[in-house]
Amino acid sequence: MQLALSEEDQQFREEMRSYFTTKVSEEIRTTVAEGRELTREQIVQSMQELNAGGLAVPHWPEEWGGRGWSELKRHIWHEEMQAACVPVPLAFNASMIGPVIAQFGTDEQKQEFLPKTANLDIWWSQGFSEPDAGSDLASLRTTAVLDGDDWVVNGQKTWTTLGQYGDWIFTLVRTDPEVKKQAGISMLLIDMKSEGLEVRPIELIDGGHEVNEVWFTDVRVPAKNMVGEVNSGWTQAKFLLGNERVGVAPVGATKRVLARAKEVAAATIAEDPLFRARIVELENELLALELTALRVAAHSAGGEPHPASSVLKLKGTELQQAVSELVVDLGGPATLASGEGDATLAWYRRSTPTYLNLRKASIYGGSNEIQRQIISRGILGL
Amino acid sequence: MDFSYDDEQNALRDAVKGLVGKQYADWEKRRQTAAEDPGFDEKLWTQMAEMGLLGLPFSEDDGGVGAGPVEIGIVCRELGRVLAPEPYLGSVVYAGGLVAAVGTPEQRQEILGALSGGESVLAFAHDEPGHRWGPEAHDVTADGEGRLTGVKDGVLHGARADVLVVSAVLPDGGTGLFLVTDGGGERTGYSTPDGGRAARITFDSTPATPLGAAAADVTSSIATVQDITRIMAANQALGAMQTQLKATVDYLKSRKQFGVTLNTFQALNFRAADMYTSQELTHSLVDWATMVVAAGDPTKVADAAARVGLQVSRAGRHVGQEAIQLHGGIAMTAEYNVGTFTAHLTALDHLLGDAGHHLRTLDAQLTSYDAIDPLDVAATA
Ligand SMILES: Cc1cc2nc3c(=O)[nH]c(=O)nc-3n(C[C@H](O)[C@H](O)[C@H](O)COP(=O)(O)OP(=O)(O)OC[C@H]3O[C@@H](n4cnc5c(N)ncnc54)[C@H](O)[C@@H]3O)c2cc1C
Repeated sequence: MQLALSEEDQQFREEMRSYFTTKVSEEIRTTVAEGRELTREQIVQSMQELNAGGLAVPHWPEEWGGRGWSELKRHIWHEEMQAACVPVPLAFNASMIGPVIAQFGTDEQKQEFLPKTANLDIWWSQGFSEPDAGSDLASLRTTAVLDGDDWVVNGQKTWTTLGQYGDWIFTLVRTDPEVKKQAGISMLLIDMKSEGLEVRPIELIDGGHEVNEVWFTDVRVPAKNMVGEVNSGWTQAKFLLGNERVGVAPVGATKRVLARAKEVAAATIAEDPLFRARIVELENELLALELTALRVAAHSAGGEPHPASSVLKLKGTELQQAVSELVVDLGGPATLASGEGDATLAWYRRSTPTYLNLRKASIYGGSNEIQRQIISRGILGL
Repeated sequence: MDFSYDDEQNALRDAVKGLVGKQYADWEKRRQTAAEDPGFDEKLWTQMAEMGLLGLPFSEDDGGVGAGPVEIGIVCRELGRVLAPEPYLGSVVYAGGLVAAVGTPEQRQEILGALSGGESVLAFAHDEPGHRWGPEAHDVTADGEGRLTGVKDGVLHGARADVLVVSAVLPDGGTGLFLVTDGGGERTGYSTPDGGRAARITFDSTPATPLGAAAADVTSSIATVQDITRIMAANQALGAMQTQLKATVDYLKSRKQFGVTLNTFQALNFRAADMYTSQELTHSLVDWATMVVAAGDPTKVADAAARVGLQVSRAGRHVGQEAIQLHGGIAMTAEYNVGTFTAHLTALDHLLGDAGHHLRTLDAQLTSYDAIDPLDVAATA
């Protein structure tokens, strides 16, 4: 056992730190630091600034922009990025569909999509969930029927995050209604400008618009846009969802918010043992989580998610929520105020919407109950 | 000892339910009402006045009905049950409570008469940027002529209010209360995170009338009215939690995933059972605190307010967070009610002090007694 980073990794860490703090727009990093919402343009810009330095998709296969780094290097990259308030590469592109196309796609699909996906020239949306297919994703009902060289898609997806910005959507569709439900699903890539495709906004409880319904009425999709064989979609879906779980435990970002809370609320916490105790507890839990992430990273083999990645999702989202709750409490009455005045008051004003919005974190990406199911069944054998 | 409502109280509850509950049984209607300024239904406000609800806390001499805290609690609970956006808590209980507590007989008759009649909305302009909860004013000051200067923020319904009750530091120290009418102060209205309304109000040598005796330090009266408001807010929060639990139980019984309804999963049922436990413990403390108000000793009221405040803060978060989680994504949407209830519980939590605030209060007096006797509530004097 050995804790210190090797000289090489130490140097790597400094390289990352310097890239993130000098090559990514300062304005974007400030927006993240202050917890304000990023525009579509800002998200695109920051991913392109990362891609320019080969830092947008380092975990992809090397021929498509991957860097062949060790898991530890990837971990350092990810943590340093969050510590520097750099928006992490758009998950739909970088951790979801990109790796799937790289693994299961045809050469033509790889050529066509991967460079644009890495550079966010295409903004991908995730079209998996449906009103009656949430945790039970395999019960999805959107259909695709072959007609000549096209699949004709009908049905409804929901919860499509940032679908209003999407250029393309990767979907799971039912291509065989007769077989066991997992066996009749395929994965289709659909241009969101296709005729018959409609995106409708959903308002969330924080007043924001980040999710949508996507409706398909006789949408024609060229057969070449299927990823993998017909009816093999569940395999791709499982691969993708495993990656999604790893990405959703934002240890670095949570640490950064907690550190900022200490700074912003310095006067409030100075004399307050209750707040101090809460912060200490949260810091310690984050430490345990970060070390677990490191352990998992050190043990991952062949790109397969470690079975304990469910722990990261479960605990990572709980801590993310707990820190947002702490910030609301530090704000206290200021959370109900107008936010006029200095940056601190504006930060507190945003804290309740943030706290409410983050309730989603334990629901999406395989709800925390589903993670417990995976742990109890898959790991503990119960 | 009796924890149940009498016939008249039951009749009151049914009447409020019949009016307010019916109005907002349709969530879409409630949503539309809250979305448009002033954020509540003026017509319903008038109907509430006609039913005598707005005058409940005030004496008959002041144009009110002269009912007790249990009755006011009943109204708050029913409002909470449907998340009625009408400004009952802020206007009647809080601002109205202050006028009743410190106003001159003439002020009480005029202001509370108009409030009870549904002709005016009151707001208490008290919170100031950079300060946490408490009865004192800090940076808003009154000069020798009672002119006010400084900024209040988070004033519930401050933009719509006809009468502002404003706290200010007196020239000789201490906190006094003042009335500002005729749209005085520069007001900027905005929505709170639960879709309620508040305002930031800037006073700049703004003319104001002293509420009650001129230059009187009324910090302790403000503290008591805040405690009573905390207890009524707890009634409102309890109503909200009851709706959330019911909605969650109904949802677990009807939502199907994996070919079965969610209540097939014991893990989820147990969590609903824990929500119920939180709700019932809260119910007991809320009823108890409400009865402590009826007994009238301000020290005991302060203690009860802190204890119920602590319980409601914890239970509100537990029930609110679990209601969203057990519903899944649907609860995150504004179109479905459960998440907005959680938003409202969060707002209530930060209105007059959250769990941490109450813990600090209770911690400070921990060694002044040996054990708590909940039945010892009468004035000790
Ligand atoms: C803000 C937000 C953004 C999202 N973005 C996307 C997106 O971009 N693309 C996309 O495809 N989807 C997205 N989702 C959908 C998300 O993946 C689903 O919400 C999630 O899978 C849960 O499904 P559900 O909401 O239907 O809840 P349900 O599956 O109905 O679950 C309700 C509750 O029951 C629990 N439960 C369900 N089954 C079990 C079981 N067997 N055992 C124990 N507990 C169980 C759940 O954990 C939950 O607590 C998003 C969701 C949200 C809220």
